[in-house]
Amino acid sequence: MSDPNKEWPLWEVFVRGKGGLSHRHVGSVHAADAKMALEHARDTYTRRMEGVSIWVLPSAQITASDPADADALFAPAEDKVYRHPTFYKIPDGVTHI
Amino acid sequence: MYTTDLSGKKKAEAVAEDPAKLAAFEARVAADDFIEPKDWMPEAYRKTLIRQISQHAHSEIVGMLPEGNWITRAPNLRRKAILLAKVQDEGGHGLYLYAAAETLGVTRDEMTEALLSGKAKYSTIFNYPTLTWADIGAIGWLVDGAAIMNQVPLQRTSYGPYARAMVRICKEESFHQRQGYEIMMRLASGTAAQKRMAQDALDRWWWPSLMMFGPPDDKSPNTEQSMRWRIKRDTNDELRQKFVDISVPQAEAIGLKVPDPALKWNETRGAYDFGAVDWEEFYSVVKGEGPVAKERMQARQKAWEDGAWVREAARVHAEKRAAAKLAAE
Repeated sequence: MSDPNKEWPLWEVFVRGKGGLSHRHVGSVHAADAKMALEHARDTYTRRMEGVSIWVLPSAQITASDPADADALFAPAEDKVYRHPTFYKIPDGVTHI
Repeated sequence: MYTTDLSGKKKAEAVAEDPAKLAAFEARVAADDFIEPKDWMPEAYRKTLIRQISQHAHSEIVGMLPEGNWITRAPNLRRKAILLAKVQDEGGHGLYLYAAAETLGVTRDEMTEALLSGKAKYSTIFNYPTLTWADIGAIGWLVDGAAIMNQVPLQRTSYGPYARAMVRICKEESFHQRQGYEIMMRLASGTAAQKRMAQDALDRWWWPSLMMFGPPDDKSPNTEQSMRWRIKRDTNDELRQKFVDISVPQAEAIGLKVPDPALKWNETRGAYDFGAVDWEEFYSVVKGEGPVAKERMQARQKAWEDGAWVREAARVHAEKRAAAKLAAE
């Protein structure tokens, strides 16, 4: 019973709230296969019309960045303020820009 | 549904942690930042969370039993559909929470095993029997009401997956409370016998509901650390007081009486004074001496064992199909 290898694999669940929105991570479910994962996701995460479409994928298939690398990955963007429109001073009176 | 931390008889053991990492962690939490699964966290934080979240999940799952007991005997189709939906929600809540706990490195099976072996606790409230239909009303109104009071602050708890699960749960919980109150309201305005049934349910569920907030603050050793870590946001006594203050007028509004002779509005405090909770009863129920504690665990055990072949068959079938698909490629 405590052998974790015998558990049904874990799946991550993504739900599209309504047309026009992207799928968003909502949680996870255990299921033996993809079809069952969809069924469990539907019962667990969309009992109140929270979605119009579901994606499931095996949790083991996700490659995630390491929080310890957060600085190396994201800090270089900090000093590149020229990527934002507010960096540029436009004279008063010049409009539509 | 909800459980407060029941196994916190002693302080979490101190583990030697890297002081710099610990300081950075404490600062993040103090600044109301969220901690996510792969972030560094002290072992005591991880352990406390696993215990708290899994107890909470177990409570949701065991909480399906007292109400499930009445699904076939609901007085009409409307009530039956509502009760089915509510019990299904409780199952869902258990699943959100198990998934949140799993992000801390514990497996679902380990948690199940801890529940079935009696190692893990669940809310004492579910070790009381549901004797009449009015109990279903009282549970929704009071037990889910107390749960909401406990859970609303947890939407801002420091551990991201737990906080997100709580947001979903709180959204669903208020239907539970209202349907319960509606049952009580209907009975209280019915025949004399129906009103007596409603009052009787309130009499039996009032004190166990107050116990749901956990031991008094001076007997709750983990409260201080849990508040500092934002795993808990209000003390047990603060929440209990709040619950009394909002529930008493709700009972009065439908002509029912809270079974506490010491209950009295205190003008100076702007709150109700209320009688002492029987903590002896609470601790004996925690230890598994509740009226139906054995039945509850036997029901979970049976569900787990009866489902074993299904879990096994589905897994083996999926593995075979995956292997066949691979061979065909």
